[in-house]
Amino acid sequence: MSHTPPFRLARGGRLINRAFQLAFRFDGRHLRGVQGDTLASALLASGQMLMGRSFKYHRPRGPLASGAEEPNALFGLGQGGRFEPNQRASTTALVAGMVLRSQNCWPSLDADVGAINNWLSPLFPAGFYYKTFIHPRPFWKHVFEPIIRRSAGLGRAPVDPDPDRYEQAYAFAEVVVVGGGIAGLTAARDAADKGGRVIVLEQNPVWGGRTPIDHDGGQAAIDALLADLRGRDNVTLRRNTMATGLYDHGYLLAREALADHDPNQGIPRQRLWRIRAGHVISATGALERPLSFACNDVPGVMLASAVRDFIVDYGVAPGQRIVVVTNNDDAYRTALTAQAAGLEVVAVIDARSQVKGDLPQAVRAAGIPVMTGKAIAKVKGGTHVEGVAICDQAGNGRVTATLDCDVVAMSGGWSPVVHLYSHCGGRLTWDEPEAMFRPDPTRPPLGTDGKSMVTVLGAANGDLRCAGDLERSEGATMPVWVMPQNAAYRLRAKMWLDFQNDVKVSDVELAAREGYASVEHAKRYTTLGMATDQGKVSNINGLAVLSNALNQPLEATGTTTFRPPYTPLTLGTIAAEAKGDTFQPLRKTPIHVWHVRNGASFEPVGHWRRPYSYPRAGEDRHSAVTREILAVRKSVGTLDASTLGKIIVKGPDSGRFLDMMYTNMMSTLPVGKCRYGLMCNENGFLMDDGVVARLSADTWLCHTTTGGADRIHGHMEDWLQCEWWDWQVYTANLTEQYAQIAVAGPKARELLQRLPGTIDLGQEALPFMTWAEGELAGIPARVYRISFSGELSYEIAVPAGRGLALWEQLHDLGRDLDITPYGTEAMHVMRAEKGFIMIGDETDGTVIPQDLGLHWAISKKKPDYIGKRAQARSFMKDGSRWQLVGLESLDGRVLPDGAYAVEPGVNANGQRKTQGRVTSSYHSPTLNRPIAMGLVRHGPARMGQELEFPMPSGEVMKARIVDPVFYDKEGTRLNG
Amino acid sequence: MAEALAHIARVTGLGMVSIRADLQRAGDAIAEAAGLAVPGMTRIVTDGSRRALGWMSPDELLLVLPAAERAEALATLTDALAGEHALVVDVSDARAVFDVTGRHADDVIRKLMPVDLDELPPDGLRRSRAAQTAAALWRIPGGFRLIGFRSTADYLRMILENAAFPRSQLAAR
Repeated sequence: MSHTPPFRLARGGRLINRAFQLAFRFDGRHLRGVQGDTLASALLASGQMLMGRSFKYHRPRGPLASGAEEPNALFGLGQGGRFEPNQRASTTALVAGMVLRSQNCWPSLDADVGAINNWLSPLFPAGFYYKTFIHPRPFWKHVFEPIIRRSAGLGRAPVDPDPDRYEQAYAFAEVVVVGGGIAGLTAARDAADKGGRVIVLEQNPVWGGRTPIDHDGGQAAIDALLADLRGRDNVTLRRNTMATGLYDHGYLLAREALADHDPNQGIPRQRLWRIRAGHVISATGALERPLSFACNDVPGVMLASAVRDFIVDYGVAPGQRIVVVTNNDDAYRTALTAQAAGLEVVAVIDARSQVKGDLPQAVRAAGIPVMTGKAIAKVKGGTHVEGVAICDQAGNGRVTATLDCDVVAMSGGWSPVVHLYSHCGGRLTWDEPEAMFRPDPTRPPLGTDGKSMVTVLGAANGDLRCAGDLERSEGATMPVWVMPQNAAYRLRAKMWLDFQNDVKVSDVELAAREGYASVEHAKRYTTLGMATDQGKVSNINGLAVLSNALNQPLEATGTTTFRPPYTPLTLGTIAAEAKGDTFQPLRKTPIHVWHVRNGASFEPVGHWRRPYSYPRAGEDRHSAVTREILAVRKSVGTLDASTLGKIIVKGPDSGRFLDMMYTNMMSTLPVGKCRYGLMCNENGFLMDDGVVARLSADTWLCHTTTGGADRIHGHMEDWLQCEWWDWQVYTANLTEQYAQIAVAGPKARELLQRLPGTIDLGQEALPFMTWAEGELAGIPARVYRISFSGELSYEIAVPAGRGLALWEQLHDLGRDLDITPYGTEAMHVMRAEKGFIMIGDETDGTVIPQDLGLHWAISKKKPDYIGKRAQARSFMKDGSRWQLVGLESLDGRVLPDGAYAVEPGVNANGQRKTQGRVTSSYHSPTLNRPIAMGLVRHGPARMGQELEFPMPSGEVMKARIVDPVFYDKEGTRLNG
Repeated sequence: MAEALAHIARVTGLGMVSIRADLQRAGDAIAEAAGLAVPGMTRIVTDGSRRALGWMSPDELLLVLPAAERAEALATLTDALAGEHALVVDVSDARAVFDVTGRHADDVIRKLMPVDLDELPPDGLRRSRAAQTAAALWRIPGGFRLIGFRSTADYLRMILENAAFPRSQLAAR
């Protein structure tokens, strides 16, 4: 033949359709593949063996494998927002017009400057970075880390938003079979016979796994199973769907590729299935292991199974002159396949001294030399295989012969894919005869019934010959972890274990010598198995080398932890619809549209959006706040208070219940009245506050903070359901049933009285801290005479659907009063002017009501309330706790929120001692000066004293301790 | 543009009354006042067109009816439960309701709610979530009725329409 390998064979390729040619670009070159190609097969068919550079030494790399385990052939794929790094050439379908970019090389894949690291490799042993960059310490942060970070990571991160659609879906099945090979399909048939829903997941686009490639009659057997399964109503077959992880209670995540590399179809690119499986059958097959001989990473050294996959599946010859090197019979299939495709098989090198199985005999009968007891001493060639040096496996690498070849097909045996089984606790056992870790049937992952939740079948269970009648007998595998057995150091320093991260036999041995006896430590120290392939081909070989170096059996070393995902997941699939406008549920009040129309500047409060202020033309948010406050103090303003929690509590035991919930007495509240209440947790700390209204003899309405609505409702139900289940109390969270509008300011009553209605809003009929019910403007309404602004104020609750109408009517009628909508910031400033506390400002989870001077709201008469016992503890009664005071800045500037007041001396850490902090701080438009509140040790007893607040700049701000009520101390305005 | 998987329609004009009571003791009184039998656990009873009574928890029912009838229903239920420890409240305005109908309505629900629809009986009611917000659903002719909170109505519409994206049906390809 005249081809320069690799090349496309004239015939064959069960997965390709030669009639459809597909053009693509690779590093700017125009190439062609055919329909059905993967990127790897298309590149090989185009004569391209070099597909990447390794991470650390920038060694030239070709494809090693033909499936999900591929460590070398990784590309940056796509452009703009669709760019994705580290896409495996072996599993990515070729699509016309594709643009591939090689990674980890500069200026180009063929002439890579970083390859200098390869020549310097003796200077980069395991743990190099840890050893080198530790001193001097300041250099780490400012010099070493930035440099290492710049050169770290394989592939480039995409910078543009991903334009594709992703979605998730839930599924439920009695049995989920993972793996669509002969073991999985057979198990699916058996499971389907028993009734119940069966879902079968196959990561590849084609069914059958290795059976159609490795066995005569394999395809027919698979086709028969598929025909059977397709005829059943209770079976769902899903291709292109990779089971990414298995979690407790049979929760299985799987990624279905719908339009992965054809995004212009206009359908979701990927879908994440969230499956509840009654039972999982893992038939995930096995992965072939490389052999560790010197220069086993030269392009052209491939797994034996990959060589025959490329020939059988894609009609691609990775080379023309092939040497097979093995420790088992299975690799002989590659020799037979290659010869049948018209390629020369130079020899089979077998580490075993005795080889008598069916397959070796067939190979011998085909005239292919079989060299037993032999090993590869070294691969010749730099950017491609030129030949191999042969030696005895039992020796130290003395070369006995050399063979010319362009491909080395290696097989070190097979490792069951135990990932899913291991994800939620399945344990492994070392199978000495087969030289592999396989599931330990006595220690499987357990389900809720205490029984195994995963059944492992076929090759995944270590049954490598699971194709039943199709199997030919095979001889035993011989464990070979280093080739040759007593290889010298210079050879071991060129034996790659982890191809992607450049970890060699000598690195793992060095780690062992330096004391890394734990497999998890050795992994992190050497980075073995930490690349994007997560050690699929390197793991077991590395463990074996570590075990030998530690002189202990492999079982004693154990494996590292298998963690999801099985192969990397796109972040878009994990996020699905949770991006852009639907990133989170955005809660809107019934009056939201008015706020938008009137230019509100919003702020998030939990999932709500509340108007912060309503800037007018020429105003910023803060000047709007000032205007809003002055308008409320002078005339009238409205606040959308719909987000406040509103919880109904009803039943014969409600009074008793609320006396436990609140620190003060709610059972004695007369019908028609309101009372401000505090809620503490069991530890005594203040967690919520609000006004409670008694609606009838057995019904109360509890207002909570906006953020507390759901939490406090849950808190109430928790106590009612778990502790006081025999108390007759029902609650209902009616937060969303009502729109609530605060109408505040000296003209509030005048404005409201303009509305037709049945409620007497006068001072006599409706004094401060009372409520009344009736109709306002034809809308059923409950009016509470409560005030958070310090002004004459009414809060009006109406059915949510009528809220906007009432708000608009108020604004129509109040135009001549300069009615002004005000936002949360104006509300905050006005309550601070009044010295009212705010949950989350004056409290932080460590503050008790007593700290805030709220003793008046703590009942002394009640035998108990939640938090009472905790508040009696010595630390809580300690007089030196920081307590609420007002703070008056001495130089007219606003104190920074959160600033600390210092006192003389330093603590054990050499930090200044502190005696208080600022909890709220604003410029008061009403008083036209700064106001602040804070918690200060012995604060209320120290009125008039000055405190010092050092600033980060070094400057010290000063403030005087004053009463926290800055405005209308007598309360004449809110009582007015 | 290909056709969406299902038709998403906001439903207005519904009244809803939340009833909490000892269903063993007060079941008959509730049934008579509501005009519907008390549903079994996780079920909803309908009269075919106007009213439905759903099981929300061991001591909670939800009456769904035309908005115009809710004042009368509230009064009737309150009277019927006068001697009982019970709570009857109007929650009509707290809800957002959507009907999801069409050939692939199932798929839209399966993308958003962790509900096993195969196991949902014709009269089943599930309290669950739709993506990140609380929602409940039951079957209606041609699809499902989904109820969530009023404040998340826009979110619900967006995620439902997104899930109904044309040609995104869940059937294996």
